[in-house]
Amino acid sequence: MSGRTPARDEILGRVRSALAGVEPTHEPVLAPSAVHDPMPTHEQVVDLFAERVADYRAVVDRVAAADLPGHLAGLFAPTERVVVPPGLDGDLLAAVPTPVADAHPTGSGLTAADLDATDAVLTTATVGIAETGTIVLDHGPGQGRRALTLVPDRHVCVVRADQVVPDVPDAMAPLGGSIAAGRPLTWISGPSATSDIELTRVEGVHGPRTLHVVLVE
Amino acid sequence: MSRTFVGMPPFPSAAREALGDTQLRHNLAHATGVIRDKRARLVEEQGDLWEPLRLAGAAVKQRALDDLATHLEQLEASLTAAGATVHWARDAEEACRVVASVARSHGVDEVVKVKSMATAEIELNEHLEADGIAAWETDLAELIVQLGEDLPSHILVPAIHRNRAEIREIFLRRMAAVGRPAPVDLTDEPEVLAAAAREHLREKFLRAKVGVSGANFAVAETGTLVVVESEGNGRMCLTLPEVLVSVVGIEKVVPTFAELDPLLRLLPRSSTGERMNPYTSMWTGPAAPDGTADGPQEVHVVLLDNGRTRALADDTGRQALRCIRCSACLNVCPVYERTGGHAYGSVYPGPIGAILNPLLTGTGVDEQTDSLPYASTLCGACFEACPVRIDIPEVLVHLRSKVVDGHRGDRPPKAETVAMRAAGWAFADASRLGLVEKASGLSGRVLARLSRTTLPWGRPAAGRLPGPAAAWTGARDLPAPPAESFRGWWDRTDGGRAEGER
Repeated sequence: MSGRTPARDEILGRVRSALAGVEPTHEPVLAPSAVHDPMPTHEQVVDLFAERVADYRAVVDRVAAADLPGHLAGLFAPTERVVVPPGLDGDLLAAVPTPVADAHPTGSGLTAADLDATDAVLTTATVGIAETGTIVLDHGPGQGRRALTLVPDRHVCVVRADQVVPDVPDAMAPLGGSIAAGRPLTWISGPSATSDIELTRVEGVHGPRTLHVVLVE
Repeated sequence: MSRTFVGMPPFPSAAREALGDTQLRHNLAHATGVIRDKRARLVEEQGDLWEPLRLAGAAVKQRALDDLATHLEQLEASLTAAGATVHWARDAEEACRVVASVARSHGVDEVVKVKSMATAEIELNEHLEADGIAAWETDLAELIVQLGEDLPSHILVPAIHRNRAEIREIFLRRMAAVGRPAPVDLTDEPEVLAAAAREHLREKFLRAKVGVSGANFAVAETGTLVVVESEGNGRMCLTLPEVLVSVVGIEKVVPTFAELDPLLRLLPRSSTGERMNPYTSMWTGPAAPDGTADGPQEVHVVLLDNGRTRALADDTGRQALRCIRCSACLNVCPVYERTGGHAYGSVYPGPIGAILNPLLTGTGVDEQTDSLPYASTLCGACFEACPVRIDIPEVLVHLRSKVVDGHRGDRPPKAETVAMRAAGWAFADASRLGLVEKASGLSGRVLARLSRTTLPWGRPAAGRLPGPAAAWTGARDLPAPPAESFRGWWDRTDGGRAEGER
């Protein structure tokens, strides 16, 4: 249990005696970032993001902000049951013909079985990382609880071009803020996948089998 | 239900058996070759950044270890502040008891598990099974191993030794007994097999009350745990159950959130050969910002020692605790590629296993563990590949000396000790050395006549020698000694001036 226990005291005691005479380093390690000459423009960074996300066999659409509602409306069939998280922007919500609202946290949210009976989920994201083709969700408004983007078989994620950063180190500061606020993070790089059978990559195991990123410029 | 590594034979005999399995050697050569190439391409892509990144990754983990007590206390405080319950476990038994008691307190007879090396190390599944609790492995490869009542043979792809036909067979035969059966028309296409696993496990995810995980990293500053995975089974186990228990080795601590950066860039590239793995989950206790509950509302973290403080106390071996379990060293190892993981007799196979197991359990305890530091050619490929720069060859040599030291007083002495003493006697005096050389030349002539093996450049070699020498020649060719020694040649030819007069 939390608090002092014989096991805790013994382990910490062993650690201290194992390290007698070892000088600790108090300065955090700063890892290097890639140096490009000339530095890529933001446009090039966004291009790389689109290319790298697509590399994982995710679907990537690039649309102008004004065309977003129309584009989204075309992505969902009228009968498709699409989960919409609390706090989703009105424009996005309006584009979904058959929304399934997660009443969470105001009421009882969708159960895992409820989610299993839906077809897709529409969310926004917190950060896009170009070098690795990653989107990161901090599950704030518009992004929903973690289960919402896990159980439905198709995840449509709207990422704004101004959310895209060049590489992992550039994402740590904004994400550090989410962590400090106690939020969980989910880093998503393509649809779920496995290479467990003869190292052959198979997309779609337990998470959404389709990842559809809509990049808004 | 599943087998354990207890009672495995020492490496040389286990390796000999594995080498006889041609299917195994084929599967391994293919699999390690594929991952090696993928990794190499990505390391190339990082160019001049890769080496500084390795240095940063090593520095982060070393910094965490050098002041481990402080970081652990900070981790405990952050976790507790976030609403998690922290437990400390000195050994495997203690850790298993904690997990079992949490499961029992919720009256469950099953838990779902994310692949975790720490829980495999403490044999949690076997312990829970004895307590009447089924632990369902949900990683595809772990599922294959569990259903096949088999042992894992690789850190990243535990079923690397199985091909698609064998996996289809296991699914058809075993799934029905533990849940949703495999479809009768199951083929051996990887897509079809993965879909069968998805269906089989989904009912377990949806009903599970208790999830069990490990963690790739634990951030001291914030109390955040990190799980890196591909399939989404991890997210299922970390998100859907009401209760989550994470078993975390004390060496998993990373001081600050920002210092995860180099590790998140190094791990996927070194492990699966991807720029980033499909899913990484980070969570900080059951914390619920703005009143939004997300995921398990009862969160336990078990901080596990189980030999780690023993490794920490070894000045040379301490660096092995930097390991982030990527398995790059397995994929580049010429010994692992031929013998596979089972020969190492542990959940940690390959070069890292050859040092980690003796460091965790100590040398001189059992013959199997003592054989591991010798399961290497010291070629150094593992050190080159290691993303956190663990000098595995250095630690191997260090551990070999510890094993030898542990046997110095043996009665009767080991053959190696006798040989070394004899060499010491011979080298101590020039006339003794001359005598030995004459004898050696004689034996060389005999061996050259009897030998059936020829080395490159046509030199004859002895096959398997009898008696104590068999241990040496069992896995090596012994070149026949030359018929004439250098000193003999010098005397006969007057230092080469009378060359040709024989």
